[in-house]
Amino acid sequence: MMKLAGVAGIFLVGFFGAVAYADPAEDTLILNEDIKMVTKTAAPAHLSDVMDEVYSGWLFRGTETRAMQADDFDNPGMLFVEQAEGVWNTVEGSEDKSCASCHGASEEMAGVKAVYPKWNETAGEVRTIEMQVNDCRENQMGAEKWGYTSGNMVNMTALLASVSRGMPVNVAIDGPAQSVWEDGKELYYTRTGQLEMSCANCHEDNYGSMIRADHLSQGQINAFPVYRLKNTKLNAVHSRFKGCVRDTRAETYSAGSPEFIALELYVSSRGNGLSVEGPSVRN
Amino acid sequence: MKYSGLALSIALATSVSATAQEVSPTAVSFTDGAVAQSLSGVAGDAAQGRMVVGNKSLGNCVACHEVSDLDDVPFQGEIGPPLDGAGDRWSEAELRGIVSNAKIMFEESMMPSFYKTEGFIRPGKAYTGKAADDTFGPLLTAQQIEDVVAYLTTLKD
Ligand code: HEC
Ligand code: HEC
Repeated sequence: MMKLAGVAGIFLVGFFGAVAYADPAEDTLILNEDIKMVTKTAAPAHLSDVMDEVYSGWLFRGTETRAMQADDFDNPGMLFVEQAEGVWNTVEGSEDKSCASCHGASEEMAGVKAVYPKWNETAGEVRTIEMQVNDCRENQMGAEKWGYTSGNMVNMTALLASVSRGMPVNVAIDGPAQSVWEDGKELYYTRTGQLEMSCANCHEDNYGSMIRADHLSQGQINAFPVYRLKNTKLNAVHSRFKGCVRDTRAETYSAGSPEFIALELYVSSRGNGLSVEGPSVRN
Repeated sequence: MKYSGLALSIALATSVSATAQEVSPTAVSFTDGAVAQSLSGVAGDAAQGRMVVGNKSLGNCVACHEVSDLDDVPFQGEIGPPLDGAGDRWSEAELRGIVSNAKIMFEESMMPSFYKTEGFIRPGKAYTGKAADDTFGPLLTAQQIEDVVAYLTTLKD
């Protein structure tokens, strides 16, 4: 509440005392009556000076939306996972290979999504899982790259997330990835656009509050990609970033840009310890 | 990347010069966060201001503030304090300063500056996600600010 310092006495007593904060739901996510998800946990060490606990966006959605995500038969995102499963096993490109030719069954990829974005030593860069998928397509399969937020790509990231569900997000922020992480952190706190708002303004300082009709979450990305009831499709992390930056009346960065890669690494690290949840359901 | 402030203020100065009384966004004079002089030179219309405060594509103040008097507007936010009684707590000049550029009264405030055209990082063309172009202007016009201020002064406990 630093921002209120100057007039703290008046506001805190006079107004905030009367405001009913809509806290995260008191609820537990058990996937398919089987896997218990961590939707709330101690904040990672690098956040200890700004918050005590991190929460999945699931806890900020309504009862029905939460229920849809708890059962694969009710989660529309799982239809896209099935489509991606078909693609996983389909041979494409000049090398006559499918993803399965190198990696085996998709379940073999359990744990992979949990550590992305990740430093790639050979390439000397931080890679998102989309970048890695396209690297496999081009250099292992001799197939064409997919568009960064294309249907095929977001479906494939949903498949890769789905087989890691319940595992803790655990992206590395030290070593060679650290400078990219610092860039992402800087972006997170930069107040952009004509409305001069940063990610932190909404998702760190005001989560739990209503902004017009929206119940603000911590803007975590452990649950991506998300199936949105609003546009009835899967939405990629960088599409969400674009939407939020646009809403500050700013010129956005593009999907797959170095800025959003850095921001993704940083925002992922804010959710270290939460379960991988994708594909999730949101309004 | 900062917006080229110089080009912008020139564009604005010429576009508003038609209305002699109007204070341009770059010429507003603040004293302790308050602005004594009317921005338009024309008295504010409270009924018009009430509309601007509640309208999603104008002030959209209710995105962040609750206002009991606007009980016809659904989904009022809770980011800032409720505006009920704002007319008792603040003078007209203070309200004009807060609405024009709240960050002068409240350091680091999340509240947008409604009468400001310079100093933004990556300003966009409204909500398109594209870069701002030469149509870029303040969020509210001088008269809309005056109307909002006139409305806020009617909010008494
Ligand atoms: C003006 C307020 C605002 C700003 C600034 C903002 N967001 Fe959001 N964001 C929202 C709203 C509203 C939602 C939808 C409700 C929710 O999940 O919080 C949202 C949702 C999200 C989600 C989806 C969370 C989920 O579980 O589905 C992510 C991720 C996100 N924001 C990240 C960001 C990042 C990163 C930035 C900065 C680049 C940012 N946001 C800036 C308002 C904002
Ligand atoms: C994105 C959020 C946001 C929007 C939009 C917004 N405000 Fe605010 N406003 C705040 C916050 C937060 C404060 C508390 C001051 C601070 O930041 O320390 C505030 C404070 C105020 C105050 C002084 C508090 C009091 O005693 O009532 C007034 C008056 C006010 N706002 C009017 C408006 C008007 C009028 C509009 C629209 C034209 C508007 N606000 C839009 C966030 C917002």
